Amino acid sequence: MTDTPVPKTAPVRDKSRFAVAMESDFVYAFKRSPVAIVSCIVVLILVLSAVFAPLIATTNPFDPASLNLMNGFTAPMEPNAFTGDTFLLGTDDQGRDVFSTILYGMRISLFVGVAAVLFAMVLGITLGLISGYFGGWTETIIMRTADVQLTFPSILVAMLIFGIAKGVTPVEYRDQMAIWVLILAIGLSDWVQFARVVRSATLVEKSKDYVAAARLIGRKPGAIMLRHILPNVLSPVLVIATISLALAIIAEATLSFLGVGAPPTQPSLGTLIRIGQGFLFSGEWWILLFPAVTLLALALSVNLLGDWLRDALNPRLR
Amino acid sequence: MDLVKVKNLSRSFDVSKPWLNRVIERQPKLFLKAVSEVDFDIAERSTYALVGESGSGKSTIGRMLVGLLTPSDGNVEIEGVDLAHETDAAKVAAVRADIQMIFQDPYASLNPRWRVRDIIVEPVLAQGGDTAGLAERLLEQVGLSAEDAGKFPHEFSGGQRQRICIARALSSEPRLIVCDEPTSALDVSVQAQVLNLMSDLKDSFGLTYLLISHDLTVVQHMADRIGVLYLGRLVEEADPDTLFSDPKHPYTQMLLEAAPRLDAFGREVTPPEGEIPNPIDPPTGCAFHPRCPLAVDRCRTERPELREIGTSRAACHLAE
Amino acid sequence: MTDPVLSIRDLSVEIPTRKGVVCPVDSVSYDIAPGEILGVVGESGAGKSMAGNAVIGLLNPPARIAKGEIWLNGTRIDQLSGDAMRRLRGKEIGMVFQDPLTSLNPLLQIGDQLTETMLTHLDISRSEAEQRAIAALQEVGIPGAADRLNSYPHEFSGGMRQRVVIALALCAEPSLVIADEPTTALDVSVQAQIVALLKKLCRERGTAIMLITHDMGVIAEAADRVAVMYAGRLAELGPVREILTSPSHPYTDGLMASTPLASRGKSRLHQIPGSMPRLNAIPDGCAFNPRCPYAADKCRHDPGPQGAEGRAACWFPIVRERTA
Repeated sequence: MTDTPVPKTAPVRDKSRFAVAMESDFVYAFKRSPVAIVSCIVVLILVLSAVFAPLIATTNPFDPASLNLMNGFTAPMEPNAFTGDTFLLGTDDQGRDVFSTILYGMRISLFVGVAAVLFAMVLGITLGLISGYFGGWTETIIMRTADVQLTFPSILVAMLIFGIAKGVTPVEYRDQMAIWVLILAIGLSDWVQFARVVRSATLVEKSKDYVAAARLIGRKPGAIMLRHILPNVLSPVLVIATISLALAIIAEATLSFLGVGAPPTQPSLGTLIRIGQGFLFSGEWWILLFPAVTLLALALSVNLLGDWLRDALNPRLR
Repeated sequence: MDLVKVKNLSRSFDVSKPWLNRVIERQPKLFLKAVSEVDFDIAERSTYALVGESGSGKSTIGRMLVGLLTPSDGNVEIEGVDLAHETDAAKVAAVRADIQMIFQDPYASLNPRWRVRDIIVEPVLAQGGDTAGLAERLLEQVGLSAEDAGKFPHEFSGGQRQRICIARALSSEPRLIVCDEPTSALDVSVQAQVLNLMSDLKDSFGLTYLLISHDLTVVQHMADRIGVLYLGRLVEEADPDTLFSDPKHPYTQMLLEAAPRLDAFGREVTPPEGEIPNPIDPPTGCAFHPRCPLAVDRCRTERPELREIGTSRAACHLAE
Repeated sequence: MTDPVLSIRDLSVEIPTRKGVVCPVDSVSYDIAPGEILGVVGESGAGKSMAGNAVIGLLNPPARIAKGEIWLNGTRIDQLSGDAMRRLRGKEIGMVFQDPLTSLNPLLQIGDQLTETMLTHLDISRSEAEQRAIAALQEVGIPGAADRLNSYPHEFSGGMRQRVVIALALCAEPSLVIADEPTTALDVSVQAQIVALLKKLCRERGTAIMLITHDMGVIAEAADRVAVMYAGRLAELGPVREILTSPSHPYTDGLMASTPLASRGKSRLHQIPGSMPRLNAIPDGCAFNPRCPYAADKCRHDPGPQGAEGRAACWFPIVRERTA
């Protein structure tokens, strides 16, 4: 039925782009969703503090010169028995300030998470576009590979890739390469959903006449996929990317917790939790608790933001 | 001088189930013959219309003309070049630049993420031409304003979008425009605007149109020559006056009779019998025979060839 | 004149949006008598379907009836609860939509759909319902009706499916059928069949039909009276021959003149400039004034008289010598 009215913003010429953006339905929906606002603020605070960690952190936990072993196992907000130093969130066994290690650990976690999602996104979008646009055998091969990979838990896939990569890298580069291998492993275990979503969106867009219009003037498939179809399939990708980011951060933490992720010289939140759990039963709870809470806050708020984004960008639910 | 020569054009689509299902269910491949042995020519600077109901193959013919689909058999020659078989890339590019298309759905035929300016000049950019001020000039020619170039498609109504589509089609200075149901998605008052615009542009640019439509009134108003399609075959071809006053083929007669008329208040007609058969399994002989009031035995077995009757051509054993 | 089956009085539908309330149906009144086909015609955005949905209580929230009354056979129905309205639909009001598949359950055999509907609304036994289902299918022209009871909707062609929907709409013997673009998705030859069928049923059963369409040709052939809508308002209402041959509202006049006709030959088509306003940008005064060739100052400020039987919603209606 064509009679359903679609109220549209009348185009107003003399407004700045920012003002127009602020009036969009998207911003409107955002302003009306407390969950989105809170999780957005939490994400912003965490990301900014990770980015500016060197400015915020009281010490650089990875600089051996700044460490004092005498400060080990200081409880939060209590002066150390030997040195009299006080630490906001306490210290670990080596006297590293937990607050600072969390900030630096979050840097690693976020970097690995974002890089892995970007990698998975590029791979997934490329393969999804190709299989959706060309169809036939190309599609069959790509999508069946994806199906097979989906039958394995992604953490297993990541561990497998991690193991292979570890086997082929020379020992002296292992610690250096660990972060990159981690990104590769998580990214490769995560491309499938991007590929699936992009493929189905591509199938829809491909059949629209603006693609036919580009084909009939002799545009090459590559140009059509990149310039015409890609911009129109991006909004579901954005949603998946956000939710994947939360999952990737957790996957990284899991791998690091299992000891196959970030090395102790570059500890991520997962590594910190692994170190911390060793002290849980000896009474030094803060070494585990604070990294764990940070991880939870980060993953949860990113995930909630992703959920909201999915609802906001899905026209059927509005 | 004929700009387009369509000879013996056929196209079938593979509509079989996936390979594994066919093996399990022991079924052969299924083909849908969308277009069968269609012949017609389009004179330069004229409007040739193809009319037919759903499944008649009219859109498939249009898409083969512009090169979006390749013929299964037969060929299309435009300016003497057969796009599907020509190997000289320069010739193909030259002919491609001379063909454009206007689509039915003005909402799906403009990329929603592109600005109107970029949409309009794309055909020229694809050939590496100069696009300075082109979009603005074309927008004014189709009755919009130059400032609209910076807007996005969603800011326009259906009729305005169709004007943008026309501007895009004109940008590469084509000689032939295939119009696939250009006004079917538009309201009557807007349809008149678009049809008038198309007529004006035809005169000022020296265009040739292939107009594809199911709407007999539109076709009658616009066309210089009309081809009637039924189940993928041309059943009649004539100029509008002859076709509407003296239709030769029983199918054309049925169409004319069934079309709603503005001056037929409370008209009591016996509506036509039956519906269009499944094109995967068309009737033998003349495909229209199960619905034809005049059908004789010969119609059920022998397919009538398209033959000349006066200035018309019709594919019916009984037509004269 | 007999009492009308359906009577709509001063009906307005509004939709609150964040940029203010829009009004897709604005103070519309019309009646439908038994055995009459009222054509409701208008272009997209005219509010013709919205008015039909209001009558059957199927407005999609947040759309709601803002004011006015809807009377069906002497009962006011616009304030009924959801449950009471559900009972009324199917029993008193049958519905036929553009896409037959929206009215048919794809997982149920059509015989079951017909009998279920009858058992819900009529006090009859199952075997009687089955007899009636066969009769209903025969009546709408489905060949071999008894054998087709066990068929699923997808086993029918488009035109046959629409016939099944009509049978379904009529099986509980409603006094009113609302047909919203019933032929738009169909081919010309099938469209003629469906129009003929609706006319036959209307005449034989005395059912009132509200035929909502954008196609003036269908209106001309099928309707007894026609209501022309523009931007949510009733432009004019009257016997179809009168309205179509000598329209008094400039919009109807422009619409008729812009339709290609054999008799007009190849001359340029008359065109109405511009297009139907969006709901949030309906002009002040008469909604048609920016497109109207006769618009005067008055038209830009005052909406003018409400359209009603024999009266165009226009300050300066076109007056013609009525030809018989």
